[in-house]
Amino acid sequence: MKSTLKKYRIFLLLVLVYLALFFLKPDLFAKSTEITWKSLLEMLSVLPPIFILLGLLDVWVKRETMVKYMGEGSGWIGIVLAFFLGSAAAGPLYAAFPVAVMLLKKGGSFTNVLILIGAWSTTKIPMLLFEASSMGLPFTLLRLGLDILGIAIIAIVSNKVLNAKDKAEIYTLVEKNG
Amino acid sequence: MRKHAGIIMGMVIITENIMNEVFYVAAGLGLVFSWVKDQKKTKMALKKAWKSFENILPQFLAVLLILGIMLAILTPQQISSVIGGESGWTGVLVASMLGSITLIPGFIAFPLASALLKNGAGYMQIAAFVSTLMMVGIVTMPVEIKFFGKKATYLRNGLAFVFSLIVAFVIGGILG
Repeated sequence: MKSTLKKYRIFLLLVLVYLALFFLKPDLFAKSTEITWKSLLEMLSVLPPIFILLGLLDVWVKRETMVKYMGEGSGWIGIVLAFFLGSAAAGPLYAAFPVAVMLLKKGGSFTNVLILIGAWSTTKIPMLLFEASSMGLPFTLLRLGLDILGIAIIAIVSNKVLNAKDKAEIYTLVEKNG
Repeated sequence: MRKHAGIIMGMVIITENIMNEVFYVAAGLGLVFSWVKDQKKTKMALKKAWKSFENILPQFLAVLLILGIMLAILTPQQISSVIGGESGWTGVLVASMLGSITLIPGFIAFPLASALLKNGAGYMQIAAFVSTLMMVGIVTMPVEIKFFGKKATYLRNGLAFVFSLIVAFVIGGILG
């Protein structure tokens, strides 16, 4: 009970903020709750199948299989797989984090996991159509080209900057959360 | 192309929904096959799924509440008033800071960006805004830290921020 309370302390604090808004700024309260409610519904529609698939992946896919296709020695296959997994996925970037953790847990390489996160954030295939219609094709193609470059740069630099100790720390978190 | 934006936006939302449904079907089929093959393992998979969801739920709920207030305060008119075409470097910086507040899915980001463009924001500033909106998330950081630790989270967001500035200058230089 005490640990549950501790886990939800920031949430409870924010509920108090909303309560204060309700009395002090009813307009802002109404608008904020409406937006929060919409995002909550989105989250609840996106996350359940992702977590179920991750659970199934965890019990059925052997570590060796993941290492072979997305591990350190997987080369271009791993890079392309990570890129397409990220680009084809549904949901905002926060839904990518548990997926990334599962990949790490099963032996996917650090660089590939970073590529997946990069692709998930900027190269979603259905989004591109939409971007082209609202921002124009030149903007879309330029941004896409630059972002693919950016994904690679961020993945390579992060992989270099994070030393063995940092990575060990991340793997501890992975074990805790996976 | 712009006048069809509404239709295409509808299509995109449908495509997103289809992708989401594909996930549901895949999860459902996966569960059925798994159950037929090994009930014990399937129960274990569901238990793990619930455990990892429950584990991250407090952070998610907190982020949603913060996001609600943030988006209620910042309106497109307010934003475009500070990132107009003439706002230059400062506008780009302001745009990237606004974009960095939270991670927003593209189908909210692009209509917003297009509304900003119509309200007089510059291409360079919009590019900074869109890029940071998709890649940098300060409000979502607690979730990210929980999964990857502080250093990796700060590093990813920091690099994405700097990179967004580069994207802005290149796009602004070519289109602006």
